[in-house]
Amino acid sequence: MNSAWLPPIIITCIWAFIGIICPFFARGPNRGVTQCCLMLTAVTCWLFWLCCYMTQMNPLIGPKLSMNEIMIMAREWGNEIKDSMDVVV
Amino acid sequence: MGDMFRSEQMALCQMFIQPEAAYTSVSELGETGCVQFRDLNSNVNAFQRKFVTEVRRCDELERKIRYIETEIKKDGIALPDIQDDIPRAPNPREIIDLEAHLEKTETEMIELAQNEVNMKSNYLELTELRKVLENTQGFFSDQEVLNLDSSNRGGAAGVDEATAQHRGRLGFVAGVINRERVFGFERMLWRISRGNVFLKRSDLDDPLNDPATGHPIYKTVFVAFFQGEQLKNRIKKVCTGFHASLYPCPSSHNEREEMVTNVRTRLEDLKLVLSQTEDHRSRVLATVSKNLPSWSIMVKKMKAIYHTLNLFNMDVTKKCLIGECWVPTKDLPIVQKALSDGSAAVGSTIPSFLNVIDTNEQPPTFNRTNKFTRGFQNLIDAYGIASYRECNPALYTCITFPFLFAIMFGDMGHGLILVLFGAWMVLSEKKLARIRNGGEIWNIFFGGRYIILLMGLFSCYTGFIYNDVFSKSMNIFGSRWVNNYNTSTVLSNPSLQFPPRTSSKGIYPLGLDPIWQMADNKIIFLNSFKMKLSIIIGVLHMVFGVCMSVCNFVHFKRYSSIFLEFVPQILFLLLLFGYMVFMMFFKWIKYTTFTDFQEETAGCAPSVLIMFINMMLFKNTPPPAGCKEFMFEAQPGLQKVFVIIGLICIPWMLLGKPLYIKFTRKNTAHGETPLPTGSSGHDESAGGGHSHDDEPMSEIYIHQAIHTIEYVLSTISHTASYLRLWALSLAHAQLSEVLWSMVLSLGLKTTTFTGSIGLFVIFGAWAMFTLAILVMMEGLSAFLHTLRLHWVEFMSKFYEGLGFAFQPFSFKAIVDGEEEE
Repeated sequence: MNSAWLPPIIITCIWAFIGIICPFFARGPNRGVTQCCLMLTAVTCWLFWLCCYMTQMNPLIGPKLSMNEIMIMAREWGNEIKDSMDVVV
Repeated sequence: MGDMFRSEQMALCQMFIQPEAAYTSVSELGETGCVQFRDLNSNVNAFQRKFVTEVRRCDELERKIRYIETEIKKDGIALPDIQDDIPRAPNPREIIDLEAHLEKTETEMIELAQNEVNMKSNYLELTELRKVLENTQGFFSDQEVLNLDSSNRGGAAGVDEATAQHRGRLGFVAGVINRERVFGFERMLWRISRGNVFLKRSDLDDPLNDPATGHPIYKTVFVAFFQGEQLKNRIKKVCTGFHASLYPCPSSHNEREEMVTNVRTRLEDLKLVLSQTEDHRSRVLATVSKNLPSWSIMVKKMKAIYHTLNLFNMDVTKKCLIGECWVPTKDLPIVQKALSDGSAAVGSTIPSFLNVIDTNEQPPTFNRTNKFTRGFQNLIDAYGIASYRECNPALYTCITFPFLFAIMFGDMGHGLILVLFGAWMVLSEKKLARIRNGGEIWNIFFGGRYIILLMGLFSCYTGFIYNDVFSKSMNIFGSRWVNNYNTSTVLSNPSLQFPPRTSSKGIYPLGLDPIWQMADNKIIFLNSFKMKLSIIIGVLHMVFGVCMSVCNFVHFKRYSSIFLEFVPQILFLLLLFGYMVFMMFFKWIKYTTFTDFQEETAGCAPSVLIMFINMMLFKNTPPPAGCKEFMFEAQPGLQKVFVIIGLICIPWMLLGKPLYIKFTRKNTAHGETPLPTGSSGHDESAGGGHSHDDEPMSEIYIHQAIHTIEYVLSTISHTASYLRLWALSLAHAQLSEVLWSMVLSLGLKTTTFTGSIGLFVIFGAWAMFTLAILVMMEGLSAFLHTLRLHWVEFMSKFYEGLGFAFQPFSFKAIVDGEEEE
């Protein structure tokens, strides 16, 4: 399994569990309302995450950062600026 | 699916109650709160109904209770709050006791009040007399003057007076007058005596209390010196005119001293009696105050029972009371039990019974809600009560409302504030429910506590996905954008843009990549994302709404409408706008920078909106060099097919239903004699449908034309209306960013020691603006827009809302309702 697909599969499985499996365990006088709420929550939240994920899958533009921000990124996020890199100016 | 999917089934029942058991039975029914009575005596005057005397008795009792309550409030005694132990309606013996009690207390209070007024006026007179005696000391120090006040002793003194007068001595009258009247009084005396009266006065420093009203009034002591009998009479008349009280003041010093001591002792006695009266009054009120709230509730219940009994019909032949009521079918056993309890309480051998009758009338709409769903049900009912047994949108609103709110409000910090507020109200709801006088705004917030809690939770989730915490992002999973420029490039350019082909290394798994928060072109990227998101969610919400109409058609057995209305509507929506959603998803997948095909690169990605417009107008836009106009091979053909089917749907919607009605009417008229209850296709007209039996065909055509135009236009306008999700989200994010960069970061950037104090102040300002503008104002704004999206964009696709609410006869509702007033 390609590890790039792992996060989406895990997240989809979580929401599928909440939306499909959990309603079977609903009990009590408000059983119908609980089932409906669980399913709706799972669907809406999964859809929201999906749209955000798919937007970033194939970005058409990249972020435009100032010099300071690039240098801070290098320091804080371990993104060292090397001397021999692809110069893609 | 039971509970909230649609409103409950109601049954119209007839109750036959024995007259002796009527009061207790209705009392039991009021306790259960399941029954809505209909007025069987609507043509009878209110004063001619059967139980009018009993209602009058209750009114009398209420009046007495109100009087005692005002007296208790005047004394400032607190009335205890009854929360848990609400008493039941009183039985006849208790009623008699209650009446006796209230009568006794009321007469006692009135007597005490009267006595108190009398004693206070006595007290006032004596106090004024004392003041007069004390203040006139100085006036008489010069010489002995004769007091010519005729209220003084007669007889021997009279002889003295006459002789004294002849000797040319001055006489005087002494008294007390309101300070504001003094100047007028003096002027009048001057006028009537032509300057021959000498007035000496001295103001009293402490005000005296008026016995009737209790207000303090400032008074002045005066002594008027004059000569002659006639002048004396004139002065007396002026004094009466100006409401000045005259007091006998002896002329000799010794007599005055004696009088002063006398008056002082009498004053002390009177003060003692007054205080004892006050004590007695407080004691009486305190004992009554313990029982008063429970009596008040008992009387309210009694009055409600008699008002309800007035709605019943008296059957002379069967000698019983007949009532008609709406009962939820599920609650019929409860009502039976209440009736039998009522009969048993009186010891009646003949039982009361309940008869369910069939009817064509539209029953009231009843949705059984718990404390969680009640708020959402209220939101839907504010637009219109659902028709009987139509699908209830409140069930879905429980989740879609907070979700749509959260899309517009998405900020984890502000969401957390909402969660805390909502959680506090929910966790301490028992204690907070007892607050009666919190005000309208508190009631609104408290009633919507579950709504606020859910809105906060969803806002935290969407804030997490938008990666926005008070306008800052969190880097939890590691940013997937890396810098590929070398040192010299970085140092020589003030800003650089990362190309996705080389700098994008993967997809941030949960949410928006944190690098975008720092980017200058963040808004361009986010706009594309949020707009597409809004349209996707909007189209799905509307499709859901149209599908709900199928549930209504199936329930009301209008199967023809499924083919004539639902199918063209859903085809139109899906083939045009659902296709647009498909184009959005396809564009996200197909166009990438990681490809070798030139037409699939980012530069060639077409605008979804332009493609949609071209599709509708059958136009073509030439693509830029090297790119293809369409996203996939079959696209032009498919689009043409979709638009043509969509156009066919319009006359389908316009003419399908009217022609069908025309057809079926002709068949019923020719085939069979029309049944008195109307044609078979239109039963259950009580619920959810217009009765088409007597509408002329032209009306139906016009009706359907309006519906069609409305629907077609609304697909476009409502789809665009969902873009408010994008607009408000953008506004919220920008406001948040402005507040951070203009307010708080100024405080964080100071380097001196005084900066810490500055930061303290600036944080206060930042917090206040955050709460007032971002949480309160933006929260209310997003709430309103979400409500509009639900009411107009979602519910107009299927909701009728022509019902009336079920208002059961419930003591709980009556007692709570009156306490709110």
